[in-house]
Amino acid sequence: MTKRHIVAAVGLVALLAVPLFGPGKYALHLMVMALLWSFIYTSWSIMGRLGLVSFGHGAFLGIGAYTVVLLWNHWGISPWIGTVVAVVLSLGVALLVGLPCFRFKIVGHYFALVTLALSEVTRLIIVGLRDHTGGSLGLTPKPALTDGATANLAALQFEDKTVWFYAVLVLWLLALWVWHRVDGSMNRLALEAISEEEDAAASIGIDVTRAKLTVTLISAAMTCVGGVLYAQYQLYINPETVSGIGISLQMVFGVIAGGLFVVLGPTMGAVFLLLLSESLRVLIGNKVLGVDTSIYGLLLVLFIIYMPKGILGTALQKLGAKPGA
Amino acid sequence: MASIFDIFFLEAVLNGLLLGGLLALLSLGLNLIFGVIDVVWICYAELIMVGMYAIWWLHTQQGWPLWMAMPTCVLFVGALGAAMHQFVIKPVLAAEPINQLLVTGGVLFLLQAVTTMAFGVEFRNLGVRIPGFAVGEMSLSGARMVAFVAAMLAIAGAYLFLNRTFMGTAIRAISQDRAIMPLMGVNPSRVYLITSAIGGGLAGLAACLLVLQYDVHPAIGLSFGPITFLICVLGGLGNLIGGFVAAFVFAQFISVGGFFLQLEWGYVLAFAFFMATMFWKPEGLLSKRRKA
Repeated sequence: MTKRHIVAAVGLVALLAVPLFGPGKYALHLMVMALLWSFIYTSWSIMGRLGLVSFGHGAFLGIGAYTVVLLWNHWGISPWIGTVVAVVLSLGVALLVGLPCFRFKIVGHYFALVTLALSEVTRLIIVGLRDHTGGSLGLTPKPALTDGATANLAALQFEDKTVWFYAVLVLWLLALWVWHRVDGSMNRLALEAISEEEDAAASIGIDVTRAKLTVTLISAAMTCVGGVLYAQYQLYINPETVSGIGISLQMVFGVIAGGLFVVLGPTMGAVFLLLLSESLRVLIGNKVLGVDTSIYGLLLVLFIIYMPKGILGTALQKLGAKPGA
Repeated sequence: MASIFDIFFLEAVLNGLLLGGLLALLSLGLNLIFGVIDVVWICYAELIMVGMYAIWWLHTQQGWPLWMAMPTCVLFVGALGAAMHQFVIKPVLAAEPINQLLVTGGVLFLLQAVTTMAFGVEFRNLGVRIPGFAVGEMSLSGARMVAFVAAMLAIAGAYLFLNRTFMGTAIRAISQDRAIMPLMGVNPSRVYLITSAIGGGLAGLAACLLVLQYDVHPAIGLSFGPITFLICVLGGLGNLIGGFVAAFVFAQFISVGGFFLQLEWGYVLAFAFFMATMFWKPEGLLSKRRKA
């Protein structure tokens, strides 16, 4: 056991014990949201850190959230099955967009713009199907907690936030594990070679398309599951919050703000963005429209200019640690 | 569903052609900046939105006549483009491409939020109507016709500028070889700044033409921003002629697609077409690839 392992173990036990101290509904809600977004950001960074900068993960988030809620509301299909359908759909979309992009070497700015359009098109489809999805007004899963029930496992609805806390915590740990696995895999070495010099990587026998597609599919499926959880936890979704440019950019920003090349970077970013938006909400409120987003946008710009490695990345650099080690 | 020779269908095709001119203008500015500076402004459509507000404010709130408000708008958005380069892009020129994209994404949020603060989320109408005209049984929008002609003139002007002036030649040269130009006595940061100002000015011009056709609101950039990106990618980012052709193709999808279905589906069709094109004709796409 190294020092890192001990720190991690202590941190984990502390996290696991949090609900035992009765932190109150609001604090628990914030923690669930922080962990949920950490899970989603980490899912994004699995491909993002390998040079595959997707601005289209809102598409997978939206597919996850809307597929599950629509299947449940219209046909009463359990979200468990809905999740499987959503993940299959996400994989299909990722394959359909990823394959031509990777095969024809659409990289860098091109890839970012194609994916950006994908997230926006997903939003438009959701809005366009307004007869079923409620359009911009959003959608609420049919409540399953009637007659005083507090939990319905089949409908994936729980009143107790503690259940959500542990569920999201497990997924978040799983995401960190996947991040770690990808980080230590042959694939990562291949992908790092690819992001450095694609043609040279291909010339030493790396199957560029296959390597990229693998991480993309993993990342898309996980983000989709994140969308499902978001919908089931919040019990309300609308096209803006789970798809489109806004949320897709927010994911990228969160990861960059936290630190792209550190395993806990996306988590750091999620906590940072959540605290930022909560404090802006509390301090400024909704009295004047747009003030909070203005500050958010301004901070984003300043952040990228002055702290390009992110909070955790910069901190680790200052401490002299090797990032990603 | 209408038969293919339906007169309204033809009308949609012609309107699409007119829209194509405008989209070509939109993608020209973005393409120019990308080709020269190698940075994509995700917030390009939001600069146009700001320009539309500028005209609306000057004309309806300050009582300026349009012939004064519009050139002011072009200059204003041009200055905004230069400022954008000076204060946002320049500090990250050496950073990772992802940071460069993201920083313009931050400007997107900022511009949307600041206009929301200043003008609210209501749709603002300029209140100027350009009479339409009829060709046979078809009626075509006058504002679109004006926009088409103006866009074509602007594109021709940009073409002449790039080919006939020293600065234009320097801009084209720098987009071909970044490293060698300083040795030829061209100051790259000056060229970048001027290119950004021109790109902004083109956005300002687009704003003049769009505000005649559409109500302005803080999120309007999102309704034509993504389509501009697709046009640029399909044409090969930084390739001005490719972008020009792609603009007309895409305009048809939006116009004709929107004729058969709702407007959103026109966009979805355009995206599907875009993906299909990448499958069967990728080599036509990327005439100028990013250096790895």
